[in-house]
Amino acid sequence: MKDNLLKTPSSQSGLYIHIPFCKSKCGYCSFYSIKSLNPIPDFIDALQKEVKFYSKTFKSFDTVYFGGGTPSLLRPQQLETILKTVNKYYKIDPHSEITIEVNPGDVSLEYFKALHSIGINRLNIGVQSFDDQILKFLGRRHSASDALASMKDARNAGFANIGIDLIYGVQHQNIKSWEKTLQTAINLKPEHISCYQLSLAPKTPLYSTYEAGGIKLPSNKMQAKYFFNTSEILENAGYLHYEVSNFARKEYLKSKHNMKYWNHVPYLGLGPAAHSFLNNKRWWNKSAVASYIKDISQDKMPVEEQELLTPAQLQLETLFLGLRTSTGIDLKLYEKNYCTDLLEDKKSIIDTLIKNHLVEIGGDFLRPTQTGMAVADSLALI
Amino acid sequence: MENIRNFSIIAHIDHGKSTLADRLIQFTGVCNERNFQDQILDSMDIERERGITIKSNAISLPYHAHDGKDYILNLIDTPGHVDFSYEVSRSLASCEGVLLLVDAAQGVQAQTLANLYLALEHNLEIIPIINKIDLPSADIDRVLEEIDSELGLDPDTHIKCSAKEGVGIEEILEAIVERIPPPKGDAENPLAALIFDAHYDSFRGTIIHCRVFEGIVKSGDIIKFMYNGTTYKVEEVGHFLLTRTKRDKLSAGDVGYIIAGVKTVADVRTGDTITLQDRPCSQPLPGFKEVKPVVFASIYPIASDDYQDLADSLEKYKLNDASFIYEKDSSVALGQGFRCGFLGLLHLDIVQERLEREYDLSIILSVPSVRYRFTLKDNKVIYVDNPAHYPDPAEIAKGEEPYIRAAMMLPERYLGTVMKLCMEKRGVNSIMNYTGPGRVELSYEMPLAEVIFDFYDRFKSVTQGYGSFDYDIIDYRESTLVLMDILVNGEKVDALSQIVHRDRARSRGLNACDRLKDEIPRQMFKIAIQGAIGSEIIARSTISAFRKDVTAKCYGGDISRKRKLLEKQKAGKKRMKMIGSVSIPQSAFLAVLKSDTD
Ligand SMILES: Nc1nc2c(ncn2[C@@H]2O[C@H](COP(=O)(O)OP(=O)(O)OP(=O)(O)O)[C@@H](O)[C@H]2O)c(=O)[nH]1
Ligand code: SF4
Ligand SMILES: [Mg+2]
Repeated sequence: MKDNLLKTPSSQSGLYIHIPFCKSKCGYCSFYSIKSLNPIPDFIDALQKEVKFYSKTFKSFDTVYFGGGTPSLLRPQQLETILKTVNKYYKIDPHSEITIEVNPGDVSLEYFKALHSIGINRLNIGVQSFDDQILKFLGRRHSASDALASMKDARNAGFANIGIDLIYGVQHQNIKSWEKTLQTAINLKPEHISCYQLSLAPKTPLYSTYEAGGIKLPSNKMQAKYFFNTSEILENAGYLHYEVSNFARKEYLKSKHNMKYWNHVPYLGLGPAAHSFLNNKRWWNKSAVASYIKDISQDKMPVEEQELLTPAQLQLETLFLGLRTSTGIDLKLYEKNYCTDLLEDKKSIIDTLIKNHLVEIGGDFLRPTQTGMAVADSLALI
Repeated sequence: MENIRNFSIIAHIDHGKSTLADRLIQFTGVCNERNFQDQILDSMDIERERGITIKSNAISLPYHAHDGKDYILNLIDTPGHVDFSYEVSRSLASCEGVLLLVDAAQGVQAQTLANLYLALEHNLEIIPIINKIDLPSADIDRVLEEIDSELGLDPDTHIKCSAKEGVGIEEILEAIVERIPPPKGDAENPLAALIFDAHYDSFRGTIIHCRVFEGIVKSGDIIKFMYNGTTYKVEEVGHFLLTRTKRDKLSAGDVGYIIAGVKTVADVRTGDTITLQDRPCSQPLPGFKEVKPVVFASIYPIASDDYQDLADSLEKYKLNDASFIYEKDSSVALGQGFRCGFLGLLHLDIVQERLEREYDLSIILSVPSVRYRFTLKDNKVIYVDNPAHYPDPAEIAKGEEPYIRAAMMLPERYLGTVMKLCMEKRGVNSIMNYTGPGRVELSYEMPLAEVIFDFYDRFKSVTQGYGSFDYDIIDYRESTLVLMDILVNGEKVDALSQIVHRDRARSRGLNACDRLKDEIPRQMFKIAIQGAIGSEIIARSTISAFRKDVTAKCYGGDISRKRKLLEKQKAGKKRMKMIGSVSIPQSAFLAVLKSDTD
């Protein structure tokens, strides 16, 4: 690989801002957040300083993504302050996708209006389910009616690009009730739907319950069924299944920000536990609000670790990320980046995969079939 | 030289050789109590883990005898398992006497006899020792009777001992001094030293283990290997204490080591004679009998890039295992490798494990085979130990396979099940003897190939570990043989081919397919496994596709975590061999030899 510089399709970088606060922790969640909201003001100060740290490394962004944690715990003014600082140090493309994740229980029509007025143009609502029993099982603070109301308020506030998150493969759920949830979602006509299979990460409360035998996960066969039914139902409703867990109503409604992760496009992650990627380097911040604030107050980068990716590692990532998306792996680009022809290199195994309808070749792309997408990670190990 | 004694401890497996060596070492004070551990001479991890001796080990013990004189007792502890008998026979070439141990409870066993004969061949003084007299089940009178009738030794010469409790140790040491003659030979004569073992040390290169019969060797000498005439300058000589201990010289009668900067590992051959370049001896010492391997299998590197590495490692390994033989081989499915001969299945198992541990190799072993004999229509006789060289069936006039006489000792209550097992294994001409109350000795003639195929494990399990099993190769007998191939997704995996008895082919094929089904991990697509004779499919099984992946959220650009996970899985896959598009783990190749019953 020349100069170790990865060539990528789109050039503009993405900005991710992690808001590490949640009023309570959901049972399955392994994302970094704390329950105390007291440090929020200090955190915002620190964050603004961190924004400046990178103004030499990154110049411009065309996506901004407030993730968490629960970004909707911040007041609109606080979000505005952050955005202003970002605007001061970087060029933000006028057509930028600016997303915030919100929790249905925390929001109102006024809140959405305020978000809209400060330039946020995309919402990702953490609905998870339209079934109160399941919401309770997951440890969510909101109810199904909160979710429905927030969707309505968001529309009324003028949001034309709304995504919702759903979880399947949960105790108390069966294929039927999941399909009902999906139908409810479809009726709301969100622009984007993410459907994640419940996965239990170690150190989460649900995981411990699972280990102790307190809950069951669906069998492999059932999990596959959830996956394929979801895909079929949403595709029939007009959504594009463009990534393993993601569906968009139109090509241009795909999550621009998340696509950067999958395409090795540079991104800057600010806030505790946030990850950044540039060329062949990936680094991430400490998962601790206090040390994050302390480091920054001492003009230190709050970085926990960084890694320089070897060409082999980048190659593996290209495979597993590419095979998660319906677009697939750009073979020309692959050859340019890694000086090797993927189809030649792995000819016999790729032929077998094609024969078994797991991947297909379309133009200059090697892409997973729908069945292939379901086993994307294994495909990457060819 | 008058005060040197060279001797080996020999016995059937587990009769207590290494434990007796422990007591002798402790009695003579070579090792302080703090550094002591049981079976201290079993220095390889693999010996300690399995509780058996695999290599002969030499150690020099200083001993102040009752006659008031100081002696050097060169002890060699030997393995008892039949697969390592070549170690024993080479050790004996350095000795003037042996301690022949007999377990007081088990009595004389197959390897007691076999090792006794080896000692007699070398004209050695034999001191019979009855060990484990502390056991409640010890039956000393019976053992004395066996020493007399079965071994043909004078029972009055025996010593009773408990190696475990340290009883009889001094008496043994005195007997060594009194009864075993000192080495003959003359330090003034030209050097003649016999290489009986060697090993490779990454710092010092090849280290030669030898017994000096005539003359003297010291550092600075130019030595010559008589086999190929190459010469080297001696850097260091010494004795084996618990570690290598440098000495000024080794003289006639001594057992020790020579380091001579030998770069070409192949120059050192066990059994060769070392002499001095400027004053050579007239003729080499008698070497060793050639080894006759009975089990054959091919070794391939998992990654074909590692071929050269494997080749270098085998050469070094061979230095330390003279009973291992190998030559180049290649397989369509597995690429370049080596065809190897082993003295038995345990030997094969040990070689594989030592290669992986000591040389950090990842290898695949093909399905083991015995050596078959074919008479072709043109009356040519060929031996085939590699299914890849199976002759054209149309040309075969007669096929024969090696038979063994299996000798088994077992409690009477298992007799029925063992006989059933032996018959299932095509055993014939059974002989049965009651050797004592409730104990029987059972003997069968069986095809060696049947023993390789999962006999030993099943024998152990049906006798619940109370049976012992031993065998001798007796002859070749006519047999209807066929070549059975295994196809994975339609592709023949030649390393899985087996030569089998016609009547067994179908069940063997089914078994292999089933076993492979369990061993080959599910992959992304369906895999068909078939057993075939020529173009006729005789067995099949399928592995359905693997269908599970997590569609969990890939959080905030944390791609690294997921990549690390995949990297781990990928590393796991490295230990598998890609055949076409299917990854086959190492274990699959040996698994086809196991039956479903265990
Ligand atoms: N009760 C009793 N057990 C003994 C005695 N000597 C050895 N053993 C036990 O017998 C077992 C085998 O002893 P080893 O010294 O390893 O036998 P070995 O002859 O060296 O065995 P290989 O080298 O594998 O042929 C061990 O469990 C010893 O503890 C003894 O005098 N009495
Ligand atoms: S709200 Fe989101 S970030 Fe917070 S605990 Fe729940 S799932 Fe995790
Ligand atoms: Mg031993």
